[in-house]
Amino acid sequence: MSIIPQPLTQFPWRVILLLVAIATFGTLVLFSAADGSVFPWAINQAVRFCIFSGMALTLSRVPPGLFARFAFPAYGAILAALVLVELIGGVAGGSQRWINLGFMQLQPSEFMKPIIVIAVARFYALLPVGEIRRWNAIWPALVLIGLPWSLVLIQPDLGTATMILAGGITVMFLAGLPLRLFVGSGLAVAAVIPIAFSFLHDYQKKRVLIFMDPESDPLGAGYHISQSKIAIGSGGIWGKGFLQGTQSHLDYLPEGHTDFVFATMAEEWGLVGGVLLIGGFMLLFRWGLRVAMRTPDKFNRLVAAGLTTTIFFYVAINLMMVMGLAPVVGIPLPFMSYGGSSMLTVMLCIGIIMAIDRGNKRASSPRNWG
Amino acid sequence: MKFPSTKRKVVTEATQTLTFTRRATIVGAIQGGIGAVLAGRMAWISVVENERYSLLSESNRVNLTLIPPRRGWILDRNGKPLANNRTDFRVDLIPQRVVDAEATIASLTRLLNLEREEADRIREELEKSAGFQPVQVADKLTYDQYAAVSVRLLDLPGVAPSQGFSRFYPAGASVGHLLGYVGAATAEEYKKRKDPLLITPGFKVGKDGLEKAFDEQLTGKPGAKRVEVTARGKIVRELTTRPDTPGNAMKLTIDAGLQDFAGRRLATQSGAIVVLDCANGDVLAMASMPSFDPNSFSDGISHLEWDMLSRDDHVPLRNKVLQGLYPPGSTVKPMVALALLEAGISPNDTVSCGGAIRVGNTLFHCHKRRGHGSLNMRGAIAQSCDIYFYQMAQRIGMDRIASMARRVGMGQRFDIPFPSQSYGTVPDPAWKERKYGKSWQVYDTVNATIGQGYMLINPLQMAVMAARLATGRQLMPNFIHGARRPAPQLVGVNDEHLVVIRDAMNAVVNGGGTGGAARMNIPGVMIAGKTGTAQVRRITMAERAGGVRGNASLPFKLRDHALFQGFAPFDKPRYAVGCIIEHGGHTIRNEDAPMIASDTLSYLFDPERAMEKLVTLEKGWGGTPAERQARQVASFRLAKAIERGEATASEANNATNAAAPANASATPASPDEDAADVPPPPGAEAATTP
Repeated sequence: MSIIPQPLTQFPWRVILLLVAIATFGTLVLFSAADGSVFPWAINQAVRFCIFSGMALTLSRVPPGLFARFAFPAYGAILAALVLVELIGGVAGGSQRWINLGFMQLQPSEFMKPIIVIAVARFYALLPVGEIRRWNAIWPALVLIGLPWSLVLIQPDLGTATMILAGGITVMFLAGLPLRLFVGSGLAVAAVIPIAFSFLHDYQKKRVLIFMDPESDPLGAGYHISQSKIAIGSGGIWGKGFLQGTQSHLDYLPEGHTDFVFATMAEEWGLVGGVLLIGGFMLLFRWGLRVAMRTPDKFNRLVAAGLTTTIFFYVAINLMMVMGLAPVVGIPLPFMSYGGSSMLTVMLCIGIIMAIDRGNKRASSPRNWG
Repeated sequence: MKFPSTKRKVVTEATQTLTFTRRATIVGAIQGGIGAVLAGRMAWISVVENERYSLLSESNRVNLTLIPPRRGWILDRNGKPLANNRTDFRVDLIPQRVVDAEATIASLTRLLNLEREEADRIREELEKSAGFQPVQVADKLTYDQYAAVSVRLLDLPGVAPSQGFSRFYPAGASVGHLLGYVGAATAEEYKKRKDPLLITPGFKVGKDGLEKAFDEQLTGKPGAKRVEVTARGKIVRELTTRPDTPGNAMKLTIDAGLQDFAGRRLATQSGAIVVLDCANGDVLAMASMPSFDPNSFSDGISHLEWDMLSRDDHVPLRNKVLQGLYPPGSTVKPMVALALLEAGISPNDTVSCGGAIRVGNTLFHCHKRRGHGSLNMRGAIAQSCDIYFYQMAQRIGMDRIASMARRVGMGQRFDIPFPSQSYGTVPDPAWKERKYGKSWQVYDTVNATIGQGYMLINPLQMAVMAARLATGRQLMPNFIHGARRPAPQLVGVNDEHLVVIRDAMNAVVNGGGTGGAARMNIPGVMIAGKTGTAQVRRITMAERAGGVRGNASLPFKLRDHALFQGFAPFDKPRYAVGCIIEHGGHTIRNEDAPMIASDTLSYLFDPERAMEKLVTLEKGWGGTPAERQARQVASFRLAKAIERGEATASEANNATNAAAPANASATPASPDEDAADVPPPPGAEAATTP
């Protein structure tokens, strides 16, 4: 038996260290983006990370069964909030995404990203084993996903809507629905895209078109992507050096501390920094999926894998966006982009996965002690 | 409800766990794959396309601004600058760097002696400014003021003193028409040349005169300043600066002292004078007065000053030397006499002048009503007897006279670097037939021999004529010092004939002739010349009967032009001169063509005494041209104020009255000539055709 007390060995050291490494790197980049000042971004981001880490660790001590119990009530509450946002928006006019609670602005669509995973996982956990290849296994999940998806899409927030849809579909895929369904609907979607395009808002259409050819409008709507690519491209292999980025420091790169923070980083740290960061995120996803695969409980493993994928979508969509592979949809890069709500969401995901991991260890450890 | 179109598979808890593990592995593989694609994409952008994006990043970051090149100097024949570049000291404020605006403005007001309105303007512009856009505090500062601000920069954050260059013409108005002026390029010029330099602030191109003709040579190569700028255009720091290459200097044949003297010596008259070097045709002076001050034109002339210049009946905006055409009057008589000699008429042949002769059915008068009596060629030239030339010209015919006129430069277009040139006419029977379809009449010959009728000449041609009569060589006017030219052709006349003409022209001035006013007080130097009077109105029979009206009683526009051409010394000509006083009418002796021409030539022999005389004379004229023009602007401004006051409302009179005392001190001192100038009656232009 080890001389180290059990709580310490159970403490998820490796993932915490990984997160601290990524967040420290993000704070350094924000320090540089503010022209070498901890104000206003770096200090806030660091404090937030500490608070949310504490929150995630607290969450990790919650028995995973509790999440299952609160899955549908939480889903219902967020859905109601989404409707409320829509109603307020209808009165105020324009695009409304948040409820003003007085002390903070609550953005319910942000919370829908993890909740959709939990809700769909809960549904498949409740579904009797034999029903998985029947209609009954499909339509309730589609309703669960479709309601928030359409509410968020009409906000309009294409990026979040896509993430909700992708998170839900991923859980359906992991739950074991027949593979043909995904292939078939994939082909159907490809056929429907041109029609869907015509329903997009003008500014969304423009974003999509500009994404196809950013250089067509380098000073207008394509400016973000053009400047982001210039920042990444001019960084080269080793980067221009810490605090030496010209694109970000001379304000050519828009949103250089939020959505386009990766470009700010890449300009100064080069390909090396970019590959290390992507590698770090990949380690995080590997950890999440391994936790899922180790989990015997159906709900827990679906949640662990689903939430891992949610974090993955943040990273993938954001990186594709800054590198000109996806339209500008306003998805931040976890731990790097300045902002509270995305970090809160991601830390919620991490905390839940840690709780599941802890649950597994508690279930298996007494046997190990023999 | 059954799932359609599938064979039932047995699904158990165990198979579902297996499916999950398999599918989670697939998800993991896809995530890893996308991660690899993203890393690959990043490598593509930052390694393969690195060069392209680095260039784009640099062109974002670095802003290239052109530094306007300093314009080449224009020098006189002795290397004295006629046009140079004055260092222009200025001070600006960079609003976003200013810490305490009030304190900064207060100390600048003290250092630069700013007016209160100026301080208010700076305060106002500072509030409206975009932050990095400089606000001008003051320009055209002295070096001391500039230095006073520069040494206190540490205490004055946001204050930016700088220096640039502006064109400066030390001689002012007297070189206006010779050199022209410079100004910002027009939109058309930019469209034509597409040179970014043309729209660089502070860059000027030649607009007129020699500045325009030699613009290319005078323009240097621009320098460049590389600065690092933010996306919003704020300058972060200077990177490297390549200095400008100034344009090449131009050395002219002009004598700066003589040019200035000539311009001033034209007094208050509307006139032009040209001095040539008889050795090679070099133009030593070419002045047309009154003129504009090229300095104020180059800075951007005020509307008021422009208005004043374009309304003046002394036409300061016209270069009378090249664009003025005048009937040469009696100044052509030596040329006609040379044609007579060439045609075989002896200088000793005499004609009896009775005051008038009849040609056809018109009676032609001599300028001396009672007649000169019997005259030979020398006497006829000295006394400027019209009758002698009327008679003699009829003997040889117009063609021979026209041939001689062309050989001495009349009607000739010279190859000189000026944008426009009016070159007049030498009429002959073929020309009249071509132009009017009418045959040449005897009275046409008679008119032409006294330089009236169709004959027109510009002041440069007149100086050239004097130089060719003096040397017998077809000298060409030239402005470029040391320019290589072919040796001039000969006029093609007998040297003895030239001696006769020169002797007769000497008699005009020094032998009791009509040009006595041109006599020069320099030992050993005798000036030879020929006076002329060109009528601009027709004298009717009725007026002649009652006595021709004196010029002084005529409106300005109806007075005769006064002309003089000559050279000195008469026996060994070195310098030739041509001078025209528009509507001079020989009314004021010291402002008449002969004395002006003679004094100007005397400057070449004894500059000090000539200058002494000029300074004395100028006291009577109300000061130097610059002083007179300043007063003219002041009184014009007052006149405009009165005009506006009457046009608007009665309360505006208060403003006028308030302005009046300020100018009152200047008004009495203003030259009487200007005040006495009655505006020409409407339709007066119609009478100017001779």
